[in-house]
Amino acid sequence: MLASLVGFLGDFDKAEEAAQEAFAIAAERWPESGLPANPGAWLVTTARNRAIDRIRRERTLSEKIHLLPVPEIVMDVMDEFDDTVIKDERLELIFTCCHPALPLEGQVALTLRALGGLETAEIARAFLVSEETMKRRLSRAKAKIKATGIPFAVPAAHLLPDRLDAVLAVIYLIYNEGYSGRVDLGAEAIRLGGVLAALMPDEPEAHGLLALMMIHHARRRARFSGEDLVLLEDQDRSLWDHAQIAAGRAVLDRAVALSGRGAYVIQAAIASLQTAEQIDWPQVAELYQRLAELTGSAVVELNRAAALAQAGDPAAALRAVDRLDLDGYLYFHSTRGELLRRLGRDDEARAAYQRALELAITTPERRFLTRRFEEL
Amino acid sequence: MQYAMMIYAEPGYAEALPDSEREAVLADFAALADDARCVAAAQLQPAEMATCVRVAGGRTLMTDGPFADTKEVLGGVILVEAADLDEVLELAARVPVARYGGVVEVRPVVAR
Repeated sequence: MLASLVGFLGDFDKAEEAAQEAFAIAAERWPESGLPANPGAWLVTTARNRAIDRIRRERTLSEKIHLLPVPEIVMDVMDEFDDTVIKDERLELIFTCCHPALPLEGQVALTLRALGGLETAEIARAFLVSEETMKRRLSRAKAKIKATGIPFAVPAAHLLPDRLDAVLAVIYLIYNEGYSGRVDLGAEAIRLGGVLAALMPDEPEAHGLLALMMIHHARRRARFSGEDLVLLEDQDRSLWDHAQIAAGRAVLDRAVALSGRGAYVIQAAIASLQTAEQIDWPQVAELYQRLAELTGSAVVELNRAAALAQAGDPAAALRAVDRLDLDGYLYFHSTRGELLRRLGRDDEARAAYQRALELAITTPERRFLTRRFEEL
Repeated sequence: MQYAMMIYAEPGYAEALPDSEREAVLADFAALADDARCVAAAQLQPAEMATCVRVAGGRTLMTDGPFADTKEVLGGVILVEAADLDEVLELAARVPVARYGGVVEVRPVVAR
C-alpha cells in the first residue's frame, strides 16, 4: 500500500500521512458499513483521494503529482475495484530505499520501515539505538531522497547490475542482524528477499540470496546449545527445519536454471551441500574456490581450506591457510589450530588456539576455544 | 578571462546573524548574481545532501556525505541541469578525476 502511495505521490511523508488517514476512516466506517469487497484497494484509493484533496488545498504541490488529473471516484463504486488495478510499485520503492547515495544504515532502516512495515520503535530496538536516533536516521534519509532528487524508479538496464547488488547487500545485512539472535529480523529479511525474487523473477542472484537465507535460517535452532556455539558437524539435525531447507533448495534450483553463477548462488549451493546427509566436501571446496575467484576474499580462501581438510587433506589445507594474510582474524588462528591438531603438531596447535583466544570477544567463542585448547 | 569564485563558509553562519545583517548578506549575494559580469551563480544545499562519486575498476562507487578534504583540492565547478540524482551521478562518473583517484562531490543547488 505504501509503495503504491509513494509512487503516486512521490513523497514518503505524504504517503505515510495519507495511509494513516485512510486507516482512520476505515476504523470509523467499516464497523457500521461492513468490510468492503477488497479492503486493500479501498484503503489505497481512499488514501489517494485524501492526499489529492490535501494537495489541491496546498496547490503549490500539484505539479509533483504524476497522475493528475485523477477521475473522481465515488466511495461506493470503489468496492468493485480489484487489487490488480492498483499498480504494484514495491520494486521502485526497494530501489529508492536502497539507493547507494543514502548512508547504509539509512538504507536499512528505510527498507524495514517502508517495505517491511516495521514501526520506528521496532527498528530502533533491533539495532539497539534509541527511538529518537532511529527517527532522525529515517527522516534524514527521507530528506535526502527529496532534496537530491533520488528517483522513484527501477534503474536503467546499464545501472541495474550495480544497483541490484546494493539492494541484495541491504537485505543480506538485515538478515545477518537477525542471525545473531534476533530471529524476527531474519524472518523479515527472508520475506523481503521473497518479495524481491517475485518482482524480479529472472534475476538469479535474487533467488540465490533468498535460497541462502532460507537454508541458513532453517538451521538456526541447532546453532546454539544454551549459550554455546555448535559447529555444523555437531549440530542436532532433528532441530533443523527440513521443510524450509527443501523450500530453499527449490529456490536455489530456480537460480541455477537461470544460469546463476554469482556470489549468492554459490553460497546458497554451499549451504545446500552442507545440509546433505553425507557432505560432499570436495564439491564444497570447489565451490569455495569459485567464490574466492569471484570475491578475492581471504576469508573465503580460509573456508576453502577448511573444506579441503574435511575432504581428507589437512596438510594441503594447512599449506593454503599459511599463505593467507589474516593475522588479526580469530578464525584464521582457530582453523590453523584445528589443522595442526589433526596433523599431530600439538605444540603449534596450542600456540594457534592461544592466539585465537586473545582475539575472541564473545563468551561462547572463548568457552569453545578454551575447550579445544584443554583437549590437547 | 573567466574566474570561478569558490565560497567556503561555516554551515549555518547566516542563520546565526541578526535579521538585519542576514538581509544585508542576502542582498549582497543577490547584487553579485545580478552583476553583468556574473556568468552563473549557485547556492548549494547543506553538506548532508552531498553524494561523493569515485570510479574504480570501471565501477561507479558512491558514498553518502561531503568530500573530506585530504591532499586533493577543489579544481573546478560544473553546473548541470539533470532530471534526477541518477542522471547527475552518471555525469559525475564521466568527470576524469573520478577515475584517477579524485572525487566528484554532487550537491543540489538551492532552487530560486
